[in-house]
Amino acid sequence: MTFSGFELLKNALNGQTGWTPHWRKAQPKASYDVIIIGGGGHGLATAHYLAKEFGIRNVAVIEKGWIGSGNAGRNTTIIRSNYLLAGNIPFYELGMKLWEGLEQDLNYNAMVSQRGVLNLYHTDGQRDAFARRGNAMRLHGVDAELLDREGVKTMAPYLDFDNARFPVQGGLLQRRGGTARHDGVVWGYARAADKRGVDIVENCEVTGLRQENGKIIGVETTKGFIGAKRVGVSVAGNSSRVASLAGLRLPIECHALQAFVSESLKPVIDCVVTFGAGHFYISQSDKGSLVFGGDLDPYPSYAQRGSLAIFSDVAENAIALMPMLGRLRILRSWGGLVDMSMDGSPIIDKTPIDGLFFNGAWCYGGFKATPAAGFCFAHLIAKGEPHPAAAAYRFDRFASGNVIDEKGVGPSPNLH
Amino acid sequence: MLINCPYCGPRDLAEFVVNGEAIARPDVDGDFDGPDIRAAFAEAVYLRDNPAGLHREHWFHSAGCQSWLLVERDTRTHEIVKVEATREPERAP
Repeated sequence: MTFSGFELLKNALNGQTGWTPHWRKAQPKASYDVIIIGGGGHGLATAHYLAKEFGIRNVAVIEKGWIGSGNAGRNTTIIRSNYLLAGNIPFYELGMKLWEGLEQDLNYNAMVSQRGVLNLYHTDGQRDAFARRGNAMRLHGVDAELLDREGVKTMAPYLDFDNARFPVQGGLLQRRGGTARHDGVVWGYARAADKRGVDIVENCEVTGLRQENGKIIGVETTKGFIGAKRVGVSVAGNSSRVASLAGLRLPIECHALQAFVSESLKPVIDCVVTFGAGHFYISQSDKGSLVFGGDLDPYPSYAQRGSLAIFSDVAENAIALMPMLGRLRILRSWGGLVDMSMDGSPIIDKTPIDGLFFNGAWCYGGFKATPAAGFCFAHLIAKGEPHPAAAAYRFDRFASGNVIDEKGVGPSPNLH
Repeated sequence: MLINCPYCGPRDLAEFVVNGEAIARPDVDGDFDGPDIRAAFAEAVYLRDNPAGLHREHWFHSAGCQSWLLVERDTRTHEIVKVEATREPERAP
């Protein structure tokens, strides 16, 4: 069924009885051409593009819980392509263009809202660094504007402009950036993939990767063995655990990243704002909650919850930027499990095992990359060669010195 | 989270800086520009076990005695099992 105004009218008249499930709860077949391990945004997007762009439909997505229960359901919904380095900009801009056409492509309301992403700067040096990043974006054909203080005041009058420690001098704005509804993205890709024959198998955990003569032949799961010619691993937060099933070690350390929502308010913040003098970002959801977050928890963790120390730090950043936030009640906080890599940038690459492919190391930037990662991972799996936009995201870049280190902090995962 | 520093006693998380997984400098000799030793160092610098379970980590008591500590911690529950001072480089397995 295609969603349309006509369907709304029809179902209004038949008591809403005509809606059908958005995807089948499939049981696994004996084998597939491609198995994607991980039913998050990236895994489902990969399955969708394999079916739609590359004509490979004999595909299963194997998910240990329910789809979107990992980081796809825990992020702060921001989408943008305002990166600095040449290895990153084309990829994220491919993503931005896919976001812009996503709802038409998927016939699904993912609430893509290009409300603008505003990175505030507070010193002359920071202004120059942001100008450099804006120019790097523009050299790649991506929109970027440098706003002065008055420009920021017009967009975000509620900020503490005259704060003695962190005066707001201006901001780098990407107008095409914004937010998208994370659950809608997961469900939209699931429905579109399922429509083209992809099996989505939930509550099925991969417990082994079976190889023969250095080639992958399938996966062991809690629902038995499933054969496959090619297997794509897309399980951010569990990358090292799944890779270890094939005896592989990765340049990744897992950390918790916390996020918070406040009680609902009337519209007050109509773009995404990031704080330049600390690590803090905030936007307002369509339900009225302010959605915000900050720094990683610094120690390796698989607990999917963070420490009070970071919660306290995020609150300090929030109130330094917008003192009015001190009056808010926090409704909910949670943690996600992020793959921190050795240069802060992702990996979409083959592995030493023939037929086994890897997509991960997304650090805290995985959600905005959902369409581009899915597209590029599907390209890699289908053609055996990387998509040009993701050509730099390889495992061997560390040993060869071609790291993509936006922050310039070196091989310390918890500093990226 | 309290960490029982062997010199200072139990101290709050805020007094420490985490480095991450405890890794050893490769115990190798020979041509340091040769492919074998370069590969050994690349593996030591860039690859991690990153387990969900017991994990040996290097922590630095920055706001206390400034010792480097070897902490064994469960990454699923954050329970700290053992804390020792480390004055020797970790031996490569």
